[in-house]
Amino acid sequence: MNNRSLIVSRVSRWVAPLIFVFGIYVALYGHLSPGGGFPGGVILSSAFILTLLARGRKATLERLPFGVAKKLDAVGALLFLCIALFGLVVTGVFFANFIHQYLPGEPLRLFSGGTIMPANIAIGLKVAASLFLVMFALSALRISTDEQDEPIRTLEDK
Amino acid sequence: MELLLIFMLLFMILAGIVALWTDELLSAVIAVGAVGVGTSVAFLLLGAPDLAITQIVVEVVALVLLIKVTIGVGVRTMSGMPSPKRLRLAAAVTVLLLLVMVRSFTGLPEFGSPVMERVDDAPSIVYLEEGLERTGSANQVMSVLLDFRAYDTLGEATVIFTAVFGALVLLRKKGKKDREDDDGGEDEE
Amino acid sequence: MVYVLCAMLLCVGIFGLISQKNVIKIIISISIMENAVNLFLVVIGYRRDGIAPIITERIHESVQFAEKAVDPLPQAMVLTSIVIGLGVMALMVTMALRIYHVYGTYDITEILKSRKKAE
Repeated sequence: MNNRSLIVSRVSRWVAPLIFVFGIYVALYGHLSPGGGFPGGVILSSAFILTLLARGRKATLERLPFGVAKKLDAVGALLFLCIALFGLVVTGVFFANFIHQYLPGEPLRLFSGGTIMPANIAIGLKVAASLFLVMFALSALRISTDEQDEPIRTLEDK
Repeated sequence: MELLLIFMLLFMILAGIVALWTDELLSAVIAVGAVGVGTSVAFLLLGAPDLAITQIVVEVVALVLLIKVTIGVGVRTMSGMPSPKRLRLAAAVTVLLLLVMVRSFTGLPEFGSPVMERVDDAPSIVYLEEGLERTGSANQVMSVLLDFRAYDTLGEATVIFTAVFGALVLLRKKGKKDREDDDGGEDEE
Repeated sequence: MVYVLCAMLLCVGIFGLISQKNVIKIIISISIMENAVNLFLVVIGYRRDGIAPIITERIHESVQFAEKAVDPLPQAMVLTSIVIGLGVMALMVTMALRIYHVYGTYDITEILKSRKKAE
């Protein structure tokens, strides 16, 4: 794949970090402004998808290796479950907002929502890693239409 | 306001018909992108900025996925239109469903007066009145999503996990066919 | 009127789902139906001249928030539904790619023919 445009690859090098930072902002300020873990996670993954489309698989793997993305996916899901279980342990109610009950922050400030902000971070991680995994696996797939028994190239061939 | 919403909906219906009508798969994908963007604008008009952000970002990623599956494998046009018999069947089912739906809308409240105003002690009113005290979150959508109804979000995370897991399993190196040729069984890898 | 238009958008999706025989077109139809249902749920929770259910400092001090804001409950449920839709679409796209790899076409009738031939 040497037909990538130089302009696209250079510009994406500048734009991808900005998208990444915007994704973090959307996920962190989900309890104050429109946004939250879901759109934040999708924006985070779209930063990596931009790198993947514009600069290829090798440049993307330098920034986010495939194994790390798999682990981040699991960590996000487990973190969300852990928040729920902590609520069960501390107050006796599953998914209780225990931080807000014991340490209520000042309303309308960043540290105010109790467990909502950690939960947003967990969901953002999970969604971002999942979408990145799917897109990367799809991009690694090459399909040969003419030869039926030629195996398709997937991740392990690299 | 309502006129703008109706205009957006008409635009989306038009884009949907174009997406089904055209022979070019790339045009169809772009038309479905137009439907998604129309939905995003409609969400913004309906006072749901969270949904508008999510919808537009999701639509971009979905477009990339769909383009990957059409242009990425070199399929540009589709072969042949559906048979007239099938079209007639589809039209009959659709018209019947539309009639049933329109008939059932008579039981709904008017546009602009939500259900929560008609019911005493509606949960939505409680969420709106006590959300800031009980969760400390200024965005009431987030307080419903991650505090009052976090079970749903947990289930949603499970669904995403399962979907991505299924996709990754489908994209493994060896297909089922190759494996059966190798050892003739259905044993796990 | 708005309800009927939402139903018509859903019917466009259903029509495509039944009549089309290309796998990609079927995925597109499902996507259109998803959008229609999400939009309908949010329309039900809309309040005339309502504001978004987000408290800012200005709103916190001045107006009665609970009497102006739109219903947050359908919005929260639809938010999960949109992201689930993306996950399901990724799954459908990978299935379509697998189908293309095995049969070399996206057309359902040709796939059925070649399966009958194989039997």
